[in-house]
Amino acid sequence: MTDRALAVVRAGALTTVQDRGRPGYAHLGVPRSGALDPRAAALVNRLAGNPADAAVLETTVNGCALRPRSTVTVAVGGAPCPVTVAGRPAAWGAPVTVSAGELLEVGTAVAGLRAYVAVSGGIAVEPVLGSRSRDLLSGLGPAPLTDGAVLPLGAPAGPPARVDAVPQPRPPAELVLRVTTGPRDDWFTADALRTLTTRTYRVSPASNRIGLRTEGPALERARDGELHSEGMVLGAVQVPPDGRPVVFLADHPTTGGYPVVAVVRAADLPAAAQAVPGTPVRFVAVRRR
Amino acid sequence: MSRLTARPVGEDALLVEVASGAQARALHAELLRRRAEGSLTVREIVPAARTVLLDGLADPAGLASELASCEAPATAPSAGEPVELPVRYDGPDLADVAAHWGVPVSEAVRIHANTEFTVAFCGFAPGFGYLTGLPARYGVPRRATPRTAVPAGAVALAGPYTGVYPRSSPGGWQLIGTTDAVLWDHARVPAALLSPGTRVRFTPLGDV
Repeated sequence: MTDRALAVVRAGALTTVQDRGRPGYAHLGVPRSGALDPRAAALVNRLAGNPADAAVLETTVNGCALRPRSTVTVAVGGAPCPVTVAGRPAAWGAPVTVSAGELLEVGTAVAGLRAYVAVSGGIAVEPVLGSRSRDLLSGLGPAPLTDGAVLPLGAPAGPPARVDAVPQPRPPAELVLRVTTGPRDDWFTADALRTLTTRTYRVSPASNRIGLRTEGPALERARDGELHSEGMVLGAVQVPPDGRPVVFLADHPTTGGYPVVAVVRAADLPAAAQAVPGTPVRFVAVRRR
Repeated sequence: MSRLTARPVGEDALLVEVASGAQARALHAELLRRRAEGSLTVREIVPAARTVLLDGLADPAGLASELASCEAPATAPSAGEPVELPVRYDGPDLADVAAHWGVPVSEAVRIHANTEFTVAFCGFAPGFGYLTGLPARYGVPRRATPRTAVPAGAVALAGPYTGVYPRSSPGGWQLIGTTDAVLWDHARVPAALLSPGTRVRFTPLGDV
């Protein structure tokens, strides 16, 4: 008799279920959501023998502790952190067996922000609009984990990967975000555009899954007035009235009325998900491919 | 005639600009038609007040040059029967709105209930539609101080728009009434009662 479930012993600061999100509903006001560091989520899924779109746990800063009710393979990646099973040190970034009833502890990140925990079979909560992701802007998907919660697990899809460990990118000491300008660069002065791409910003502690907020020189507008609300994309660098750029992450609103001065390349956004508050940020202008 | 302009957005999106909300609706309908017939491959088509965003395009540059030679379509095809939303016109800001319009409250209710609205676009929250239809002279400002909690089903006005809050949330719109209609239910198909292009009528309940 197997009991495919996972008891949450310590939920951590903010741990959510995430998969690849629910793109395709932006016209109804539904954010795409999904893992903020999709590369890390795909990697831990592969290590645990799951398909790439299986739902994983995304922790924030201080990890979580889990007790599976049946023997499972887990893999922890993303932000580097200590991992223990039944009190014994276990591998980070590699498949680990956790026997039924043993405690898996995912510790505080030693670098970066968000660790990803894949469990063989995937987190099998009921999908909403085709996704199990928790969207913190609109509240769709399963609630963030709480102590004592029990999560259902799916049936394992395949054997775990036969590797000891795989290389993963280190969280950035400096966050370099390549941007293409527009669509509303004409709302800003030439000075503001120079400022954006030459000065150094810092990651604000007010950042979250909706956006990476920055601290640094304000960008001056070339015109007054209000922009009509318009559709927003992942990676949009939106400039609210205080002039400090905000980079839209997975739970970003689908429409917005502040001008978007530039858009960050998608390949640079996983690093943004791991940049701790205070990390220097540079926006580097690149040509559109 | 106005040509379409498409601004590149990042690597794989375009923001197409038009001159009016009616043109945005018409362009949105035309782009949906093209996607349905298979001549446009795109992940998201997001209409808004004066734009339509196309996100997740295989060839944004090619489409941009194609659109540059197109006229903006003038009118959207009619979008079926209107959705009827029963409303109690009992909102705390109804008297303020009537004063802003310079009419008695009963007349403000009559004006709103006799208007046929269209969902111009959605945003703010899943299932929240920005409804147009009121003449421009009935635009109202947002409240100076937003409320920390607006109840689900609140019918509200801001700028040229009417909206219905799908769930309780903070909000700065002027509240004129309440509906029991369920605007959003993710277990229902479709989850959203209102989507871009939907026609809407508010039918008054009780004494007005």
